[in-house]
Amino acid sequence: MTTLAETGSEIGGGTGIGTADSGTRSRFEELIAADERVEPRDAMPEAYRATLIRQIAQHAHSEIIGMQPEGNWLTRAPSLRRKAILLAKVQDEAGHGLYLYAAAETLGVSRTEMMDALHTGRQRYSSIFNYPTLTWADVGAIGWLVDGAAIVNQIPLTRCSYGPYARAMVRVCQEESFHQRQGYESLYALAHGTESQRAMAQDAIDRWWWPSLMMFGPPDTASTHSSKSSAWKIKRHSNDELRQRFVDLCVPQAEVLGLSLPDPDLRLNEATGHYEYGEIDWSEFKAVLDGDGPCNRQRMERRVAAHSEGQWVRDAAAAYQAKRAGAQR
Amino acid sequence: MTESGLDLWEVFVRARRGLSHQHVGSLHAPDAEVALRRARDLYTRRGEGVSIWVVPSGAVSASDPGEKEPYFTPARDKDYRYPTYYELPREVRGL
Repeated sequence: MTTLAETGSEIGGGTGIGTADSGTRSRFEELIAADERVEPRDAMPEAYRATLIRQIAQHAHSEIIGMQPEGNWLTRAPSLRRKAILLAKVQDEAGHGLYLYAAAETLGVSRTEMMDALHTGRQRYSSIFNYPTLTWADVGAIGWLVDGAAIVNQIPLTRCSYGPYARAMVRVCQEESFHQRQGYESLYALAHGTESQRAMAQDAIDRWWWPSLMMFGPPDTASTHSSKSSAWKIKRHSNDELRQRFVDLCVPQAEVLGLSLPDPDLRLNEATGHYEYGEIDWSEFKAVLDGDGPCNRQRMERRVAAHSEGQWVRDAAAAYQAKRAGAQR
Repeated sequence: MTESGLDLWEVFVRARRGLSHQHVGSLHAPDAEVALRRARDLYTRRGEGVSIWVVPSGAVSASDPGEKEPYFTPARDKDYRYPTYYELPREVRGL
């Protein structure tokens, strides 16, 4: 018998999780081949663990940083109803970050290590959050397009090979549905409002469309992480497949909104049944990823400041825990 | 401790890989090792699981059933947290 604390668990972190030698490697490969889930106490190749930590941490960081662009409009929402909705959404993003950090911790990495990696730039977050939210319509566009793209990305992750990540994704996807619908509803209201409201909605879509397409990552021909992740069944579809799925969903949705997507090359290919779209500006993607997006510095400064301003809360909690432990002894 | 002098343990079973451990019941045992063996005998006689956790019952902190209303109601009346709250045009697909 072993205790969870010795092996690393789903509940807490832990060290000493078995790494794969030749015997366990074949067991791991059997699990993957049989389309079974890998659970925290199974031995796994070090590269599999490292890949998952990188991906889940980046996903968690994205949820946390993602609170900033929308949080920008909390105090200026146009009605109490929209404000309550936006608050609930931003609160969900925090919750999603926590589900994901907990899932990553089952792989033997600590919360502190991940926060530190984010704050020092060793781990990333989705480059989409380096764009500014200039008008209220951006909140709607984020809900419809950014959350819409996230859902397309995340639904296959509910079947990814690592159990805790897949289970976290089930919760996230269930909750994410309202995020997209509230955004679409808000844009629909603007699109059917005054001329200036309609123009504001169109402007938001014009600015968010291309960055949303970039959320699926580099084209398949240039993606550095895809082949291993596919073999390990972390990733079930290629970047370009998912991007196509997203475009196919969005075009008819934009028509119902009565707004246009900013791509003159967008057209239905009758033969394939898919919408063809124009060239994505990958130099912009690379620039934003490398730190030169409109808000990279602002996002990190805010995150690091929030973390250091919260130090006294963590100190107080630790002091309280030590006091309680002392009292029980 | 109970009248038999044996500790109470809560039992969690993972039905299959990919699912989380679910609480299935409790049992008495003198230590964790025996609790695990008894859990296997008691709760997985028909192949109900592929993994078992046992946790001392005293280690479980529970919310107060009497506080059910104030504890959980605030979430329920925020109906805008549910996707069905939003009315979308009938012709729109995939949202």
